[in-house]
Amino acid sequence: MIALLLNPAAGLAQMLGHPFIRDGFIAGTGVALACGLVGYFAVLRGQVFTGDALSHAAFTGALAALALGLDARLGLFGVTVAVALGMGLLGARGRADDVVIGNVFAWVLGLGVLFLAIYTTQRSSGNGAAGPAVLFGSIFGLSAASARLALLIGLATAIALLVLARPLLFASVDEAVAAAQGVPVRGVGLLFLALIGLAAAEGAQVVGALLVLGLLSAPAAAAQRLVDRPYVGLALSAALALLAMWGGLTLSYAVPRLPPSFAIIATATAIYAVAALLPMLRRLRPSGRRERPAAARAVTPSA
Amino acid sequence: MPLADAGELMVNSMNLASDLQGLFAYHFMVNAFRAGTIVAIAAAVIGWFMVIRQETFVGHSLALVGFPGAAGAVLIGASATLGLFAFCVAAALAIGLLPRGGRGFGEESAVVGTVQALALACGFLFVSLYHGLLIGVNALLFGSFLGVTDEQVLTLLLFGVVALAVLSAVGRPLLFASLDGDVAAANGVPVRRLSLLFLVLLGVAAAEVSQITGTLLVFALLVVPPATAQQLTPHPLKSMALAVALGLAITWAGLAAAYYSPYPVGFFITSFAFAAYLVVRLARGSAWRIAARRWQRAAEPAA
Repeated sequence: MIALLLNPAAGLAQMLGHPFIRDGFIAGTGVALACGLVGYFAVLRGQVFTGDALSHAAFTGALAALALGLDARLGLFGVTVAVALGMGLLGARGRADDVVIGNVFAWVLGLGVLFLAIYTTQRSSGNGAAGPAVLFGSIFGLSAASARLALLIGLATAIALLVLARPLLFASVDEAVAAAQGVPVRGVGLLFLALIGLAAAEGAQVVGALLVLGLLSAPAAAAQRLVDRPYVGLALSAALALLAMWGGLTLSYAVPRLPPSFAIIATATAIYAVAALLPMLRRLRPSGRRERPAAARAVTPSA
Repeated sequence: MPLADAGELMVNSMNLASDLQGLFAYHFMVNAFRAGTIVAIAAAVIGWFMVIRQETFVGHSLALVGFPGAAGAVLIGASATLGLFAFCVAAALAIGLLPRGGRGFGEESAVVGTVQALALACGFLFVSLYHGLLIGVNALLFGSFLGVTDEQVLTLLLFGVVALAVLSAVGRPLLFASLDGDVAAANGVPVRRLSLLFLVLLGVAAAEVSQITGTLLVFALLVVPPATAQQLTPHPLKSMALAVALGLAITWAGLAAAYYSPYPVGFFITSFAFAAYLVVRLARGSAWRIAARRWQRAAEPAA
């Protein structure tokens, strides 16, 4: 910690000299880009809890694959994207109420617990830490090959989102007008759901299935607090996610007792808290400005 | 893995009477049934109001905040049960007292998601600071019926009785305020204070359920029995009684199944709850269709 503060360059070089830290940074960069970009649209479209639901599916998928003796990533990505597409196809026929969603996802988690029990008791290679690892991530346990694969999948997700960004933004802001202009609104929405699934599965490898929600929502919400222009906000969201990731990893290197996933989520939350408090401190006025409608705020130059 | 040992020792003899006797042969199992019964009753009654008030996800979030409470209490050497209650009730007060801000649904859900992820991350931090005993995470998150002490049963009973007594004292105005807040307020019902009081009761219920199902699976006992009962009858007292009966049946069946199998209790309780809800939803759907067809046939000659 002190070495890092006294001589940042040398401390950084020393930190990145450890292969497991370097692999953590490689994988984390891909994850942060994917989650920051996808999260921005998830917050814009009010689909944060879809991301939550999909991360539950990621947990069950990973443990189902482990219980069957397959690579955890196969179940992680396969199940999460399949559930995302299934939700998109079913959701078109009628919106499920929160009781139904809650029911289904409590059961999905229950199934995950079953697979965890099967994996830990019946597979000879199984170990009791598999559950916590899937739930809370194990970024410093990644091999060099899987770190590189995580980076590649993260970059692919980010590029796919950037390609989709224009029609997606149009469809998110005004669905009816976008549809009238010939934007395939349903197809775009479905593709975006698949991208949320990819980002959730990707993030689950690093911060775990339970905490990926924080990485999807905190940087994006902070970016939306700070800037109103969508593409600037999108870029800022990705930058803040990277900041949270690198800051969290550095923090957990400096203070080894902090688990990396906690450090990353705590940094992301701190970033959001600063973003939410900054304008309040800067323009501390007695009149309640929270009551102003969104449109009025959008045209205020300093907002 | 104690669950597997239990499963091997207590083999199902396919003789119902002796199996039922075997179920209560050990003191820990008697305690599990005592705790389960208290929890099922309190959860069904409080959850009944929660479903009416459409606050299901608040219940979920409160339970998640219980995880760092329980883990933190274990870390400082206090009782996990008390930690659960303290954090759930504190979170309920925080939600009730903090002003509603934010920029509409997207950001509000992003804030909830961020706080939820931070709470889970803190829980993970406390667990890993506790000498890295990661296996305990599974019991906190997904429930365990092993090792419920007499003291814990007493705590659950105390909190449950007090919560139900308070609820029965304010039940009528609360129902009025839940069904039509504006009219109730016009009639002099203190709607805001009642909703704060109810949030605290909900915190107690979430903490109680967490003791049996773990903090991630509270939906199974908090939402499913009342939601299923409300599908069956519109009469308030009848559906509340039905919810209690369903909650008890799900809990007892789940505990018995977990006792005679190597699989965790969380899986059985969520599965039984999901099955009950699904059966009622499907049966009700087909009943609707039959009624609609009959009505159509009756209408045809007139047309």
